[in-house]
Amino acid sequence: MRFLVRRLGFLLVALWAALTVNFFIPRLMPGNPAESMMATFRGRINPSALNALEAAFGINKHQSLISAYFQYVNNTLHGNLGISISYFPIPVSTMIMKALPWSLGLVGVSTVLGFILGTSLGAIAAWRRGGSLDSVLPPTFIVISAFPYFWVGLLSIWLFALTLKWFPILGGYNETATPMWNWAFIGDVLQHAVLPAFTILITSIGGWILTMRNNMITVVAEDYVKMARAKGLKPRRILWQYAGRNAMLPNLTGFAMSLGFVISGAILVEYVFNYPGLGFMLLQAVQNEDYPLMQALFLLITVAVLLAIFVSDIVTAVLDPRTRIRS
Amino acid sequence: MSAIRPLGRVVRGALTFLRRDKKAAAGSIILFILLVITAFPSWFAPDDPAAEIYKPGVGLSLSHLLGTTSFGQDVFSQLIVGTRQSVLIALIVGFFCTVLSVGIGITAAYSGGLVDDTLSLFTDVVLVIPTFPLIIVITAYLKNASFWLIVFVLVVTGWSYGARQLRVQALSLRNRDYLLAAKARGESRWYVIAVELIPPMTSLIVANFLGAALYAVLAASALQFVGLGNINTESWGTMLYWAQNNEALATGLPLWALAPGIAIAVLGSALALLNYAFDEVSNPALRPVSAKALKKVGA
Repeated sequence: MRFLVRRLGFLLVALWAALTVNFFIPRLMPGNPAESMMATFRGRINPSALNALEAAFGINKHQSLISAYFQYVNNTLHGNLGISISYFPIPVSTMIMKALPWSLGLVGVSTVLGFILGTSLGAIAAWRRGGSLDSVLPPTFIVISAFPYFWVGLLSIWLFALTLKWFPILGGYNETATPMWNWAFIGDVLQHAVLPAFTILITSIGGWILTMRNNMITVVAEDYVKMARAKGLKPRRILWQYAGRNAMLPNLTGFAMSLGFVISGAILVEYVFNYPGLGFMLLQAVQNEDYPLMQALFLLITVAVLLAIFVSDIVTAVLDPRTRIRS
Repeated sequence: MSAIRPLGRVVRGALTFLRRDKKAAAGSIILFILLVITAFPSWFAPDDPAAEIYKPGVGLSLSHLLGTTSFGQDVFSQLIVGTRQSVLIALIVGFFCTVLSVGIGITAAYSGGLVDDTLSLFTDVVLVIPTFPLIIVITAYLKNASFWLIVFVLVVTGWSYGARQLRVQALSLRNRDYLLAAKARGESRWYVIAVELIPPMTSLIVANFLGAALYAVLAASALQFVGLGNINTESWGTMLYWAQNNEALATGLPLWALAPGIAIAVLGSALALLNYAFDEVSNPALRPVSAKALKKVGA
């Protein structure tokens, strides 16, 4: 219980830090670039919305920093994230809700799948130490992990979409189709998701394989594994229920820490594939100098990562009684 | 005389390490070649990389090893000249990240108490805030950020992972007898840290340097690829930016887009291979074992 309270405390501190960083970045920049952006807003939107944007970007010189900060925090907590410039006058939150399901579907599924696949492969590689899997996987994935995510995306577009024409090149669905819940459209969406999902999977899986393999090597040498062997348990049972379960714990913590890296890669993969998710929207907002949308997306991505870390903390606590007692 | 002997020993130790470990040897050879190209690009590059003097969109040939861009520039020359920026970013960001990680990680572990709590919390918060979106937001405001600004941003966002690892290792060393003995002798704080605490951590520190360098290469090229940072410099990332914006893949010039990515991957794998080798130094259990040796033990 104390463990959970501590982790919840950390989650809140990290959330507050992200919020504060988000508030101060535009103020610390030379010549406040947001000022020219604000000029386009004057006279076009109602005074209270303008006032909220001024508080968020530090334009209003009459307002003290502290009151601007509290106004900004208050607005953000109420889900009032401002108005998009490039999609004026649509609120930022509406734009984000449009992109969110695409990212959750693509990045969420391929990240979790990568974790499960990579952890299993790593466990098997370490279990058959010196076997063919163990000698091929680590060096292969050391090299693959050095490839830029977006470049792997470019390569698979060139190979599978342009040359072999197996999959569509860009986008989340066929532009001529109207989004609705029928099998034809779902099939179309899945077809468009294959290449980006493959790219995220192939570039993120190596990390899980390598760390799981290394943990597993340490765990296999433990006495309780020898004991299980001596009892004559089936090797498969020892592999998954004795050694694998314990070797996975540091990997779960690692999952939390590496999630940021995976998300970073996913942003670029979405960009390369013009996939209509949060990452693609973030880079478009940057190109259109749509600062309210850009900052809201940064905040949302951060909150998503922090929540995922919190969930993996809880899972660790459930799986490993020691974390519940020790801390 | 006495100063020469340890140096000789270090060199000899490094050589045996390279001979024994194929991953480390491969990594160092690649890195060495890239360093030579960084120092003397004109030895290798046939042309001015920016000059638009050739027939645009030519495929590979003897006069253009990797073909030309749709502006009529020589791709191979761009690749050679672009090496410098990626290698320099790797080394400089790697260096400053390591300095910060060592400083913060070891201060936290050595001081303990409130200092440790504060620094650890700070490290963890920096660690969990996703780096790349943050870098994107900062560079979006900076517009055409210069080389040194990019270095600064990458260092500020890249030190936390190493600091956390180093803190954990320093904590495990803190109460060893030889450290307590040094303190009991009345050695100064800095002596204990520099002479007793840091040397046993060398391999982890080197591994952290390599990890930070790899992160810097990938993050910097990604930034340049999306057009943040200065798009008019010669680097692998900017090559990818121009290739992507001129639809190199769709217009039959895949080499323009694929070659810089392979170059990044070559530099990255060199760093990753060395990193992995240093992991095996600090954790002997990970060293490769032959199937024969395993059979002998009966595992």
